[in-house]
Amino acid sequence: MNVPSDRRYRDTHEWAKLEDGLVVVGITDYAQSELGDVVYVEQPELGREVEAGEAVAVIESVKTASDIYAPVSGEIVAVNDALAEHPEKVNEDPYGEGWLFKIKPKDPAELEALLDAEAYKKLLAAEG
Amino acid sequence: MSYCWPEGDFPLIFERAKEGRRGTRPPRVEADPEALFGPELLREAPPRLPEVSELEVVRHYTNLSRRQIGVNTTFYPLGSCTMKYNPRALEAAAARFSDLHPYQDPASFQGALALMYALGEYLKAITGMDAITLQPAAGAHGELTGMLVIRAYHKDRGELDQRRVVLVPDSAHGSNPATASMAGFEVREVPSDADGEVDLEALKRELGEHVAAIMLTNPNTLGLFERRILSLTEAAHAAGVQLYYDGANLNAIMGWVRPGDMGFDVVHLNLHKTFATPHGGGGPGAGPVGVKAHLAPYLPVPLVEKEGDRYRLDFDRPKSIGRVRSFFGNFGVLVRAYVYIRMLGLEGLKRAAALSVLNARYLKEKLKEKGFSVPFDGPTMHEFVAQPPAGLKALDLAKALLDKGFHPPTIYFPLIVKEALMIEPTETESKETLEAFAEALGEIAARGQEDPDWLAGAPYTTPVGRLDEVKANRKPVLTYPFD
Amino acid sequence: MDFAPHTEEEIRAMLGALGLERLEDLYAHLDHELLNPKITLPPPMHEDAVLRHVEALAKKNQPGRVFLGGGVRDHFIPAIVDELASRGEFLTAYTPYQAEASQGILQAIFEYQTMIAELTGLDVANASLYDGASALAEGVLLALRATRRMRVAVDRRVHPEYRQVLRTYLDAVGATLVETEGDEVPDGAGAVVAQYPDFLGEVRDLAPRAEAAHAKGALFVVATDPLAVALLKPPGAFGADVAVGEGQPLGNPMQLGGPHFGFIAVRGKLLRQLPGRLAGLTTDHAGRRGFVLALSAREQHIRRAKAKSNITTNSQNMALRAAIALSALGPEGLKEMALATAANARRLYQLLLEAPGVRPLTRPPFFAEFALILSKNPEEVRRKLAERGFHGAYPIPEYGEHAALFAATERLTEDEIEAFARAFWEVV
Repeated sequence: MNVPSDRRYRDTHEWAKLEDGLVVVGITDYAQSELGDVVYVEQPELGREVEAGEAVAVIESVKTASDIYAPVSGEIVAVNDALAEHPEKVNEDPYGEGWLFKIKPKDPAELEALLDAEAYKKLLAAEG
Repeated sequence: MSYCWPEGDFPLIFERAKEGRRGTRPPRVEADPEALFGPELLREAPPRLPEVSELEVVRHYTNLSRRQIGVNTTFYPLGSCTMKYNPRALEAAAARFSDLHPYQDPASFQGALALMYALGEYLKAITGMDAITLQPAAGAHGELTGMLVIRAYHKDRGELDQRRVVLVPDSAHGSNPATASMAGFEVREVPSDADGEVDLEALKRELGEHVAAIMLTNPNTLGLFERRILSLTEAAHAAGVQLYYDGANLNAIMGWVRPGDMGFDVVHLNLHKTFATPHGGGGPGAGPVGVKAHLAPYLPVPLVEKEGDRYRLDFDRPKSIGRVRSFFGNFGVLVRAYVYIRMLGLEGLKRAAALSVLNARYLKEKLKEKGFSVPFDGPTMHEFVAQPPAGLKALDLAKALLDKGFHPPTIYFPLIVKEALMIEPTETESKETLEAFAEALGEIAARGQEDPDWLAGAPYTTPVGRLDEVKANRKPVLTYPFD
Repeated sequence: MDFAPHTEEEIRAMLGALGLERLEDLYAHLDHELLNPKITLPPPMHEDAVLRHVEALAKKNQPGRVFLGGGVRDHFIPAIVDELASRGEFLTAYTPYQAEASQGILQAIFEYQTMIAELTGLDVANASLYDGASALAEGVLLALRATRRMRVAVDRRVHPEYRQVLRTYLDAVGATLVETEGDEVPDGAGAVVAQYPDFLGEVRDLAPRAEAAHAKGALFVVATDPLAVALLKPPGAFGADVAVGEGQPLGNPMQLGGPHFGFIAVRGKLLRQLPGRLAGLTTDHAGRRGFVLALSAREQHIRRAKAKSNITTNSQNMALRAAIALSALGPEGLKEMALATAANARRLYQLLLEAPGVRPLTRPPFFAEFALILSKNPEEVRRKLAERGFHGAYPIPEYGEHAALFAATERLTEDEIEAFARAFWEVV
C-alpha cells in the first residue's frame, strides 16, 4: 500500500496536505482499493464551514457509499471539479489528480493531531 | 429446468415504432381541444410514446417476459423475501373487486369493507395485537407508519424531545435505519453476539430515557429465533422504550408464536411475503401495521369499524398520525391475502410455517455436506446464511447458479457475514428441488476451485452476461436516447 | 391446503435426517410460554369454496357507472394489459438484483421511466412509488434536500388527502407546511407545491408560479395527471422541477383505491436526489446492451440511515400495466383518450348545471374532474344516485358547503351521461 510521507492521515483513511496555506484532502490508496471503482463523488458546497471530524462528502462505488470526514476545521474553498466527469481519478491517482477538496484551515496546528505516514502504516497493518 | 431466451439484441419498444402506426383504439369523442382549453394551455410537442401495433405490443412484452425469471419458472430462495408460490386462486378472487371507486358511498361497498374488517381481525389474531391499519402499501411503508405511531405516542406523553434514538441490530435490513431517519430519529446499531442473536447486555447498556424504540425482526436475518426476546422486551419496557417488530420473517413462526406475546408494541406484516400475494417484480405489496391498545389512538385514518352487520370507515380519530397514503390501502393485495388465509386456516398456516423451517434446516445440512459453512449454525428457522468454501465469492456463485436454472439467494447481506448467501427456500419447494439446488452449488464450488476463470465469467446462458455496473453508474442513462 | 408439496414420507425422511421426530420439534427451543397461542381463524376452504365465498362478498358491493374522480377514475384499459402484466414471469419475480436473468423487468422499467419523463416533460423518472399522495411527499422531501430548507408552501387546491400525507411526512422531519393561494411564495420555502389540473379539475397556467418559486430559491413541485398531460402543456414545459402524481388512470383498475402507483420525474440536475429504484442502460462484457439497477447508493440497502428514502418494494406491476397501456395506445390514442375525457367532462358539467339550485365551483377550462355547489347535502345525493346505479357527487366540504366532486372519462357514452344527468336532476 502506497503511503506517501509528505502528508498526514486520519484513521478513516483520508489524507491531508498543507499546500500554499490550504489543506488539500483526498482518500488513501487503501481506501480507494477497498471502495472499488468510484462512480460518483458528492462534494461539499463551496464556502461551507466544516469542523474536523465532520462528514462532509460522500464517495460512491457501485455497491457502497462512504462518508469522507474533514481532517481539519475551516472553510471549503475548492472542490476537484474534474471528478464529476472522471471519478476514476480517485482510483487511478488518489494522492494526486484524485484530490477531493481544499480547506482554508482555521488552525493549521490541527494537522499535528493527525497520524503521520508511519502511524498510518501501522494502522493499516493492524487492520490487515 | 430450462427457459427459452429469444436470441440477438432485444429491441426497445421505441425501436419497434414506426411513425403513424396505431395500436389499440380508445373510445373517441369529436371535440376541439382549443375550444375546450384555448391554445395557450395545449401541449406543443406530443410525448414520444411508441407508435406500434397492438400485436407488436403483445410480442414485445411476451418476449420480454421470456427474458425474466420468477417463482413461476424457477426456485427463487431470496432471504427474507419469502418467495413462496402465489396461488392463482388469489388472482381470480381479486378480479371480482376491480370496479369499485374509493369515493363511492360506503353503503355500496359493504362486501369490500367486510373483507377488510375480517382480514384485520385475522391479522390481529395471528400477531397477537389489539388494533390494526391496512393502509401501508409495502413493508417499508408499514415501518414508517409504525415508527410514526411510536413517535406520536412519545410526543403525546411529552417525552419525544428526549427520546431521539432508535436502536437497530447490526444485522438489520437497511430499510429499518432508513425508516428511523424518515421518522425523525437518530439510529444506533447494537451488535450481535457470537451466537448471532442480539447482544442483550450491549442492548441493555444502550437503553435509557433517550431511546424511543428498538426495531427487531424475530427470527432475525440470520434465521435464528431470538431466544431471550422476553427479557429483551421487558428490559426495554422498563426504560419506557417501545418495541417494533419487522414482520418480514413471520413465515417461520406464523401460528406458532405471536410477536404480541413476545412483548412487541408495533408489528408490520408483508402480505406479499408471508401471505403469498405476488411480488410483482417489485410490488405492489401491502404492509399492515398492528399495535397494542396503548398505541391504537395514533393509527392512521381511516380504520374499518363494524356496527352490527354494517361496516363503516372511521375518520374520527383525533390523535391519529393522519394519513400515510391516499384512500384506504392496497385493497387488491388485501383481497389476495384474505383468500390465502381462508384457504389455509390456522392449521394450514402452522404447517406452512413448519415446513418452511424444515426445508431451510434440511437445505442447510445439505449445503454443509458440500463444503459450505454456516457461521451462525444454531437452530435455523426459515432461512440461514451460508458462506462459500474458502476463496470463492458469493457473487460468482450467484452468477453460476443462473446457468443452472436457479435464482440465486440474497448475496452480501446481512453485513455481518462475509460473502454471505442468505437462503430462504420457503415451504412450497419440494425435497428434490432442495437437493438439486445443493447439488448445483456443490458442483459450482468444486468446478470454481479448479477453474476460477470459468467461475469469474459466469453466467453464460442468460440473455446477457455480467453487466458493466461501473459504466451504468458513472454515466447514468435512464431514459431512451431519442436524439 | 398450504401449497407445500411434501408427502408424509418425505417429511419423515427430512425430519429423520435432522435427528427429529415431529414438526413440532422444530420449535422445541422456543420459550414454551410463547408456543401455540390460542388463535381463532375460520376453518380452511378449498379453492372452489373460497372463490364462491368471495363471489358472495362481491355481491354485497354495487359497482355501477362511475362519475367520480380525485385522481382515480374509470378509464379504458386495453384487454392486453391484464394478459401481459399478469404473466407469471413478471408477476412472481421480485427486485431485479440479478440483472442477467431479470432483463425483462429491467427493460420494462427503463421503458416506463422514459414514458413518464416524456409525459411530464422532465428529464428522468424513477421506477415507481406507492401512490400519488406518497409520491408528492417524496417529491417535496427531495426538494427540501436539494435546497437544504425546511419550509413548504402548498396550494389549497392540492388534493386534500395528498396534503394530509404531506403533513404526516413533514412533521416527522420537522419541516413546516404553509397553505397558500395564488402565486404568493413565502420566504424560506424550499418547495412550492401546486396541482395541475388541480383537485377541482381546473387547468391554469402555472408558469408565473414557477417563476415566483424560483425567484425565492425554491423548487417547484407539481402534482399532475398522467392523462391530462397527453393533451395539455406538461409540468416540464412551464418550469416545474419535480412532477409527481397518481398513475392509476393509465392501464390500472380502480380497485377501491389500490394498489395503484405513484410516479416522480425530475430535472436532470436533481437525478441523484431521486428516491427508489432506477433502471439504467449499460453493456455486458461482450458489448450486448443490457439494463441494471443504477445509482443504488441512494437506496436503503446501501445507504441505510442516510438513504434518500426507505422505499424498497414499490408498485412495479402497476407501473408495468401503465407502460403496456401507453405502448398500446401510443401518443395518438392517449391524446384521443384525454380529449374524449375532457369533452365528456365538459358535457356532463353543462348538463348537471341545468339542475335547480346547482351552481358551479369549478370554472372552465378543466380536465376530467369538476366541482359543483349543490343545494343539499352531497352525502344524500351520492347515496340516492348509488341506489339508481350511478356513483357520483363525492362530498368535498373543505371547498364549500354542499360542494361535491364529479368526473367523466372517455368510457362514458352519450346515453350514460344523459342517464346520469336525469338521475341527478331527480335527486338533487
